[in-house]
Amino acid sequence: MLLQVEPLIPALRRYARALVGNAATADDLVQDCLERAVSHWHQRREGNPRSWLFAILHNLAINQFRQAKTRGRHVTIEETSESDLGEDAVQERKLMYQDVLNKLARLPEEQRAVLLLVAVEDLSYADAAKVLNIPIGTVMSRLSRARERLQQEIEGTALAVSANVVPLRSLK
Amino acid sequence: MSQRPITEDDLHAYVDRVLEPERQAEVASYLEAHPEVAKRVEAFSDQRELLRTALAPIAEEPLPPELNLSRIIESRRQRRRSPVWWAIAAMLLVCFGGAGGWVLRSEVPGSPALTGLAALAQEATASYNVYAPDRVRPVELRASDSAQLVQWASSRLHQPVKVPDLAAAGFRLMGGRVVATSHGPAAMFMYDDDHGERLVVLTRPMSVDQGAPMTPLTNGDVAGFSWADNGMGYSLVSQASADSLRPLANEVRRQARAT
Repeated sequence: MLLQVEPLIPALRRYARALVGNAATADDLVQDCLERAVSHWHQRREGNPRSWLFAILHNLAINQFRQAKTRGRHVTIEETSESDLGEDAVQERKLMYQDVLNKLARLPEEQRAVLLLVAVEDLSYADAAKVLNIPIGTVMSRLSRARERLQQEIEGTALAVSANVVPLRSLK
Repeated sequence: MSQRPITEDDLHAYVDRVLEPERQAEVASYLEAHPEVAKRVEAFSDQRELLRTALAPIAEEPLPPELNLSRIIESRRQRRRSPVWWAIAAMLLVCFGGAGGWVLRSEVPGSPALTGLAALAQEATASYNVYAPDRVRPVELRASDSAQLVQWASSRLHQPVKVPDLAAAGFRLMGGRVVATSHGPAAMFMYDDDHGERLVVLTRPMSVDQGAPMTPLTNGDVAGFSWADNGMGYSLVSQASADSLRPLANEVRRQARAT
């Protein structure tokens, strides 16, 4: 079990953080997910436990969202590290990354989840459908909407001339 | 060339690089012919790369100890053990004392420590349950070393110990050992008959019940008799029926009194 699950933990952390925004909350979810995986290990289906683990994590995150919604919530994906802020080019790049993550955070949760599972975590469309417990057709339509919407956000920013917005020259 | 029409799904699959090579090529040639669509697909691809690069550092961060899987497994194991596990462990200790037997689970947990013949009977049963099923080393010293066995037991019990002879009843001495009881060391002798049936005689000095009549005992499927003469306690146990054991017990008592 150790050998099968341990290599997946970094990806689970990445998904959780990109989905919920807050690093501490995300790690709590991953911890919860791992504890469940340990105690329900015998219930998994045969084969690679990857989509099984993502499904556990996703469901925990959804519950988290439901609770947070009643309290009001603001998602911003935190900067990953403070190091190497010296060079302008590096800083500009970092700001660009932070900017796209902020835009990602503004997508509806369901679109964000699909985009992350497919485009970042490399799950197949079928596995993503299993994780999210939706038909594969719904995966495709959500993926399409997520990409369109994120693109609008990116282009909108690129066109906007504003002091506190970073121009994304590399993006058309 | 007959081609399936390129769908929206194909474009996304092209971006995510999950198409069959043949289909990938078909989409590529479609995009060459449709620059507007190609522009959008290129934007999606850029977007994908940007997201992956922006999120990559999270997966490279060192894991906090809370996410150490070995630790999670271990803490779950400990949680599962307590408090019930510890209660059971405590109960086992109370029940079995130093005798090391486990079959005495029929004893009421938490009952006061047994003394006298009752304790001796329990110790004999525990020794039987531990050593009689042992196919590798049921005895420490074999019958051929019985002189050494007598010397060892006598020095540990501070009493002259004699090995009962049950050959006339069909039980040959296999050997014996000094065993631990909650009342100090005891000498255990083991016998077997032609059918491989084993029986155990346990003897040790008594502080309570220095003299006591022959008393039957049963513990699970182990039966036997216990008694005490002149400060020495004896217990003979086996899985045979109590009726068949009574003459054996009488014989052991007779030999001990004859000294």
